[in-house]
Amino acid sequence: MSKRPTNVDTVSDAIANDKEQPWKELGLKQDEYQEIKTILGRRPTSSELAMYSVMWSEHCSYKSSKIYLRQFGEKVTPEMKKDLMVGMGENAGVVDIGEGLAVTFKVESHNHPSYIEPFQGAATGVGGIVRDILTMGARPIAVMDQLRFGAPSDPDTARVVHGVTSGISFYGNCLGLPNIGGETVFDKVYQGNPLVNALAVGVMKHEDLKLAKASNPGDLVILFGARTGGDGIGGVSVLASETFDSTGPTRRPAVQVGDPFAEKVLIECCLELFYAGVVAGIQDLGGAGISCATSELASNGGKGMKVQLQNVLLRDDSLTPEEILMSESQERMMAIVPTKDLKAFEAIVTKWEVEYSVLGEVIDEDRLYINWGEQEIVNVPPRTVAHDGPVYHRPVEYPKYQDALNANSSSSLPRATTPAELAKQIMAIVVSPNQADKSWITAQYDRYVMGNTALSMPDDAGMIRVSEETGLGITLATDANGKYCQLDPYHGAQLALAEAYRNVAVTGAKPKAVTNCLNFGSPENPGVMWQFKQATAGLADACLELGIPVTGGNVSFYNQTGDVAIYPTPVVGVLGVIDNVARRIPSGWQDEGNNIYLLGTTKDELDGSAWAETIHQHLGGKPPVVELAAEKKLADLIHGAAIQGMIEAAHDISEGGLAIAVVEAALRFNVGARIWLDEVLERDDLDLTAALFSESQARVIVSVGREDDVKFQSLCEARGVPVLRIGVTDKASGSIEIKELATFELNEVREGWAKTLPELFG
Amino acid sequence: MPKIIVEIMPKQDLLDPPGKAVANALKRSGHNDIVNVRIGKRIELHFDRPITQADLDNAGRVAASFLSNDVIEDVVAITKED
Repeated sequence: MSKRPTNVDTVSDAIANDKEQPWKELGLKQDEYQEIKTILGRRPTSSELAMYSVMWSEHCSYKSSKIYLRQFGEKVTPEMKKDLMVGMGENAGVVDIGEGLAVTFKVESHNHPSYIEPFQGAATGVGGIVRDILTMGARPIAVMDQLRFGAPSDPDTARVVHGVTSGISFYGNCLGLPNIGGETVFDKVYQGNPLVNALAVGVMKHEDLKLAKASNPGDLVILFGARTGGDGIGGVSVLASETFDSTGPTRRPAVQVGDPFAEKVLIECCLELFYAGVVAGIQDLGGAGISCATSELASNGGKGMKVQLQNVLLRDDSLTPEEILMSESQERMMAIVPTKDLKAFEAIVTKWEVEYSVLGEVIDEDRLYINWGEQEIVNVPPRTVAHDGPVYHRPVEYPKYQDALNANSSSSLPRATTPAELAKQIMAIVVSPNQADKSWITAQYDRYVMGNTALSMPDDAGMIRVSEETGLGITLATDANGKYCQLDPYHGAQLALAEAYRNVAVTGAKPKAVTNCLNFGSPENPGVMWQFKQATAGLADACLELGIPVTGGNVSFYNQTGDVAIYPTPVVGVLGVIDNVARRIPSGWQDEGNNIYLLGTTKDELDGSAWAETIHQHLGGKPPVVELAAEKKLADLIHGAAIQGMIEAAHDISEGGLAIAVVEAALRFNVGARIWLDEVLERDDLDLTAALFSESQARVIVSVGREDDVKFQSLCEARGVPVLRIGVTDKASGSIEIKELATFELNEVREGWAKTLPELFG
Repeated sequence: MPKIIVEIMPKQDLLDPPGKAVANALKRSGHNDIVNVRIGKRIELHFDRPITQADLDNAGRVAASFLSNDVIEDVVAITKED
């Protein structure tokens, strides 16, 4: 028996009577509600109100960030755009990688849902970003995750860590997508607001590119995939636009439950639809569900749409039209299909046992009409819902605490005076949760499924072979450093880019394009807006200098608990291309007797470092100086040397400094080394603490066969990259000997390094 | 043995992937009259003495806070069996 609601608010009701509406409860502001009335020339129906409220929420409309995001499209040169097939504004950017292939990649946040229900929140985060990639016409080939959790000692952290990591592994492993990297950081600022940023990457032939638009009147609007249910209703607006308070979510569940097997079928079904050429436009359903898909498809195509909402296949037929419009049920897609192709479409979806229903058609009119049976419940210009939302110029103010924070440099912190004390500090940092072995997390993920993974954790970046014939591959690295950004958001964002760029470069790949996920506190706080303004400007300027374009991204605001915002955490993902993955460079030493070189110079830069945090629980001062010109030279050098097969291993120096880089390079394949630092101390005028722990930029350690010593050093010289031989690999010793400091047995180091996370969470 | 039985179901509004999978499988094997399946869990708490009202009340609290995840699940029944 049907429980279908009949008493709905229609357009004629809205014309006839102006009643009180719950715009405030739906997260709209007074002036926004007025604006909707002005657009429509009447009050909105409750369905229209639902659509506008969710589409004009911060999460969907980017209303506070829009004016700053523009510069990613403006600060570019024609050279940067050369290989960019699709730039900002689509579901994901698309980059030409040669051989007729293109890659699409994007990172998106699922922070708030992952705090409320860590397992499903993280799982559906993966599902959502994978559908974004699929929507571009690409086959998803890998995922990655950027995670930020609260203090390891806090009892709630384990709940979030367990839920998030098992949610990611569950969804990704069931889909059969390798998880090739990411980053996990613990810090008390993320206690009530963990960050779960999921990245997906896909590959396609140039001609398979699909866009989310409905441009041909008469084409059919088809919803297919999972049925629509009551999950995550208002999830986007309620979860993403309001800061948590103690009361938490009520009414309909604010979370969604994912079904990775349904998604896997949907992926294969969509790819077959694409190859058959029966789809003129396609859009995934994520936040804002049908509201978003219908209005965006119509708006992107510059056309309109007529939709019968009662044709939506439901799990629960008591859902109201407003709820159907806002439902965030997972694993759904909306396709625009020419009438002549309907038969072929039906044949393919039936083969995959995917349910579908024709909702309506594209019309040659700038209007989105949605009917509920005979009753008209929506009649709006689609652009006003999808793209012409409010744009805010929020107040920006330099935070009062900033000067004091920057003045509180780490230079006054006591430094170790004896070799024994330094050795102890090295071990303390090695075993600290942020530097310790992350295998407890990454081992839960399938890193090699599909058989194309060339590099994955714990290497500096993930690498996937794209062409089995030629070996063409892509490299991806994502990085962020909230502490640096707290000290200086402009340069902090640049440092995240520099690190991701360097991590791509050390694999032998050429950095090519950028995506980002900007995690910040409340935009209503002028101090947070200042951080956002600085970070976006820094990132755009640095992309311009490095010559790699931003292809897309995501903004996540309201990451705060009460008045306390997280550190600004812009996550930056860099995509690189490598001609042949057989020429990849691993991060760890392998052979006996190879020379180890330190590339780049070291300054005394310990503010915001792992050393300051772990040894002194200190955060203050200024982050390391950004060295983009040097990063570029370094990347070119490694790329050049990789083509000649000269470099055996290369590892980026970042958090924890040279000491951590040396330990990681040794632990990777259990190959020890003898290291001497006297020449570094002399050349760069440093003490041992700075030499070991400084986080100066544009530095890499590489190992090179002895026979190539002269050749390599001259190459560095020719390319203007400072180089110093700081050691040799020593396989037999099973230890790292740092001259005049200490000898570390690899077995002991590994034991401490590997047990931190299992002891905390295992 | 006296026991308290706690029954937990996924929230009505949420997707239940195992239930959906089983429903599809039943349909494929010809059970056309079964239109939907939802799968929850049954938990038995055993006692070696008679169960009191206090035990039931306590079981209710444990069921809501520990045995179920109230974000996505509902405790639908708490019963005792002597």
